[in-house]
Amino acid sequence: MAEPNILGGLIGGAIIGLAAVLLLALNGRIAGVSGILGGLINSTARGERFWRLAFIFGLIAGAGLYGFARGGLPLELQAGHLTLLVAGFLVGAGTRLGSGCTSGHGVCGLARRSPRSLVATMIFMVIAALTVFLTRHVF
Amino acid sequence: MAQIAVAFAVGIIFALGLAVSEMINPARVIGFLNVAGRWDPTLLLVMAGALAVTVPIFPVILRRSRPLLAAQFSLPIKTQLDPPLIIGAVIFGVGWGLAGFCPGPALAALASGSPGVILFVIAMLVGQWLVSRFEDS
Repeated sequence: MAEPNILGGLIGGAIIGLAAVLLLALNGRIAGVSGILGGLINSTARGERFWRLAFIFGLIAGAGLYGFARGGLPLELQAGHLTLLVAGFLVGAGTRLGSGCTSGHGVCGLARRSPRSLVATMIFMVIAALTVFLTRHVF
Repeated sequence: MAQIAVAFAVGIIFALGLAVSEMINPARVIGFLNVAGRWDPTLLLVMAGALAVTVPIFPVILRRSRPLLAAQFSLPIKTQLDPPLIIGAVIFGVGWGLAGFCPGPALAALASGSPGVILFVIAMLVGQWLVSRFEDS
């Protein structure tokens, strides 16, 4: 693995924080990606769908722009297709059941001083680290 | 209409943050989670950078009576540390550790057109949909 990306990490993190601040200040919404995506599945109000879709298209467009400007995205998949399928299912089910992911609980929930988000963030970080330990050092 | 434009712009900014910090790359995420290997602290710095912005500014925004473009704030209402929260976080943690993808980076990485990313996102939607079925009933 490459050296830690200290500057990129801090600046990129601040950019993510800025995105969360803008969405809350302007639209009054939490920038939690799993929640924004999940709201597409069972939101009854049609007006609810458009901003969610716009955010997701923005995510893809932003990454596409970066890749275009830099001649490719930094992307090294860490699992085969079968594992990616299982992992994707677990990420979808878990974030739905647990009401959030790294952005909603981690970046936004902690800033709202939500005890639920603090507990969720600690649990998924520890479990993810444990999963990596078991799959890469034990089995 | 303005809110839709804001959401699109925020999505772009969010993805640029994920790309600049390399959190779009599962190798970086696994490097952070792999505490028994050559530990990569980059994800911690990303969280620190993001929280350095959101922690001081969120309370200032939420002191206002309403957001600039909407009638009211739409915030989570649950406060209980209930079993779904705990079990959901555990399930999400296993999936995150297996692939190194959480929802934001996975959706942004769709821009690469990688078949593995597309599979992950489809499975993620199925997982969300399945749990939402149980919520409805």
